[in-house]
This record gives sequence, structure tokens and C-alpha cells, in this order.
Amino acid sequence: MVEPRSDGLEDPPLLVAEGLGKDYGRLTACKDVSFVLYPGEVLAVVGESGSGKSTLLQLLSAQLTPSAGRVSYRMRDGMLRDLAALGEAERRFLFRTDWGYVHQDPAQGLRMAVSAGANVGERLMAVGWNHYGRIRDTASSWLQRVEIDTARIDDAPRTYSGGMRQRLQIARNLVTEPRLVLMDEPTGGLDVSVQARLLDLMRNLVNELGLAAVVVTHDLAVARLLSHRVMVMKDGRVIETGLTDQVLDDPREPYTQLLVSSILPV
Amino acid sequence: MIDVCGAEKTFMMHLQGGIELPVVRGVSFRVEPGECVVLSGPSGAGKSSILKMVFGSYRCDGGRIGIRHHGGMVDLAAAEPRQVLSVRRSTIGYVSQFLRAVPRVPSIDVVAEPLTASGMARADARDRAGALLRRLNIPERLWSLPPSTFSGGEQQRVNIARGFICDLPILLLDEPTASLDAANRAVVVELIGQKKRQGVAMVAIVHDDEIRRVIADRIVDVTAFASAA
Repeated sequence: MVEPRSDGLEDPPLLVAEGLGKDYGRLTACKDVSFVLYPGEVLAVVGESGSGKSTLLQLLSAQLTPSAGRVSYRMRDGMLRDLAALGEAERRFLFRTDWGYVHQDPAQGLRMAVSAGANVGERLMAVGWNHYGRIRDTASSWLQRVEIDTARIDDAPRTYSGGMRQRLQIARNLVTEPRLVLMDEPTGGLDVSVQARLLDLMRNLVNELGLAAVVVTHDLAVARLLSHRVMVMKDGRVIETGLTDQVLDDPREPYTQLLVSSILPV
Repeated sequence: MIDVCGAEKTFMMHLQGGIELPVVRGVSFRVEPGECVVLSGPSGAGKSSILKMVFGSYRCDGGRIGIRHHGGMVDLAAAEPRQVLSVRRSTIGYVSQFLRAVPRVPSIDVVAEPLTASGMARADARDRAGALLRRLNIPERLWSLPPSTFSGGEQQRVNIARGFICDLPILLLDEPTASLDAANRAVVVELIGQKKRQGVAMVAIVHDDEIRRVIADRIVDVTAFASAA
């Protein structure tokens, strides 16, 4: 588990979800989800496919409009703002600068045909960087941080392996020093050996940068290694929540007990 | 430092037809600074459960887990997750029975991590980690290897080093000497003595009678807290 750096009990919340819900006609994807995320805190959302965890992530990042409830975010000026009340331009700016979003499929979060350097540099240009040399230097130092050989900086990610693509996606997201990162199954689809390396990398980065993160995963081992707190979802609702070791070592709800007891021993 | 009062714990096993498994009830004891309290009782009596309740990994169904934290008393049985994390960051350390580490992280970094997480520079943290590993007889050529490749006893020593490296005022020890040879058991006894002199309050589980005799200032018999099933 990664610990947030400062004591932080006096810090105001970064992200607040209140009574969030999403219906698709008669189908309820997500219902009555409320939580508060503080700076430097990592929250894992676990549950099986169809439990509503990915919908929740899209609601949190304003990619979907909630049917009920709201999401508020503390802007850099310290004001807590309702995401729905932000203009489209403001929201897009937030997304490009203060937030990161790591997709399960790196092809969704990267531009596959342009160079790795450009993938990372693009986010910097979006926040107004215009000095080519500085952008390239920063991009190259981020490639090193995510353990990608800088000799590959001019290659397009479609020539990269799955693990490299995922690390590149992380570099692209973190280069603008966001305060909040949302991750959707970040280790899904990777070989176990590659997963371990990625997890270690993410743990260190989250710790060094003091990031807050919401990580959606069906893998309880990922939740155990990355998160401080866990929220268990089933049928669109949160059925159990608590400190990661409390929920995983002492699960209370029948469904959580089932999840925890279903882990295959190695 | 620790004031446990009337704490109780019952497991509800939903997958086994909702069987209720009472573990402990009426758990009450105090630990003063510089004191090592050893929990005794047969296997299954609830010693590890009590340790986990004190650390906040197990949620209590009743009672109070009072912990002196930042000059005040915090009731861990009722604390918010953020407060529990804060207590673990600056007050309570826990040496578990088994090491749980991220694969592929070098042993020296596994040991140094609690220090870097609280803001110490990596090089300094590694120096301290190295000193502790050396003291626990882990040869330097192994430091860069992940502990998953080690023997049980070596893993246990990495785990101990990780638990003892911080200067926290409370330390919980779950069988710290279980898979160690005599020489390394002696090192652990020495480390515990050192913590005592620093005023650290400790709660330990040890099965070895000899070690218990040496480290225990007081013994709390857990069978007194057995729940009537």
C-alpha cells in the first residue's frame, strides 16, 4: 500500500460524489453512489463486469451526464465546483491539465500513429508549452520515468508492446502533473510479469507525486497493492466500503466474502 | 499508549450458510510506553485477531480501541478510514506473520519503503535499510533481489526489518521469530529490547516460551476473552 505523504487530515476534499446515479431507460447502471476523495488518496472500485464501476468512472470524469446526483471538484483556485455547471471549454481544459484518464486499452488513450514523444508532448502543448526543445526534453525524461528506452522516442506506439503502450499512456497522462487520475482496469489485458512492473511503477509515481486516484479494477490484488480505500460495487450500488485491508481481510457483505474467497491461490 | 476496552469481534460467514463465529469478547488491556505485552493462549484463541483489531484491519463489533496519537486519544474502532491511515503513518507499526510485497521490488527498497513514504530521501532510507538487513544477517548480495526469491526465514527477516525501521511509538508483532534460527532470534530479541528503551509500546504474539520469558513485561491471557459460542 502506498501512503499519502502528509498527514492531510486538514486538507479539504478534492472530489465529492453525491447520490450519483445513471439509468439507461429501465436499466440502472449506477445508483446512489456517494464518496469523498482527498488529495493523495487512492480509491479502488472493485466488482465484477456489469457492476457499474466503469459507468461510475465515466460519471466522475463528466464523460456521461448523471441521471441523478452530482460530482464536485476542487479547482486549483480552491473552489469546489459542480462539474455539470462547468462550461464545455472549462471541462475540457480540466481534462487536459488537472486530470488524467488511463484507459484499459492504451489505443484509446494514445494516438497510435504519431511518435511516443509527440504523444507525451501533445499534452504539454495543450497547456501552452511551445518551446520544442523543452517539450522534447520533458517527454524524454518522462519516457525514462516509465522505463521506456528513449531511443524509441520517435517510434509510434503501434510498434510498442502492450506493456510499453500502457506505460506510455501513463506518461502522457502524468506529464502535466495532474492532481487526479482516473484509471479503468489499468493492468487488464497485460501479462502478469508486465502487470507487476506496471503496478510497481504506478505505486511509486502516485506516492512521489501525491496523486489522488480512482482505480477501477476487478483484480483484488491490484486494489490491495495500490489503494488506501476500497469500494465494492454490485448491481450498480456500493455494497461495502472501507480501508483496503479491512475490506479484503475482514469482508462483511456476502458478495464481498464471495469475491475475496474466490481468489485463486498461487 | 494503548487502551483497549471491551472490544469484541464476531465473524459472520455468509458463504457457510451465515454461521456466526464469535472470536473474542470483552477484550480489555492497556500498554504503557516502553512496555511489551505478550498475548498468550492456544492457537485459534483469537490472538492474531486482537492484534488486527488494534491495528484497525479488523473492524470491531463493539468496545473501544484507544490509541494515543499526536498527543490525543483516538478510538480506532470508531475512526474514519483517513484517521486510521494517519494513525498507521505516524503511530502504529505492524509486523505481520507473512511478508506481502510487490513482486520485483528489491528487498532493500521493500525495507526502506516505510521511510520513503514518510518523506525521507531514498539514499538515506536505503542506508538505514541496509544497516538493518546487515544486522539481521541478510548478505548484501541479496539486497537487490526481490524477497519472493528468498527462503522463509529470509523473507521473515526482511519483513522484520521493514517493521522495525520506523520510529513509531507503537509496534505490533505477530510471531516475529517463528521461522528464525537461534542467532537471528537473538537479534530480534535485541531489537525489541532497543525499542523498549526508546519507549515504544509493544504487543506481541510469540509461541517460543524462551523468547516470551525474555521480552514480556506482562502476559495477557487471551482465553479470558473467549466468546461463549
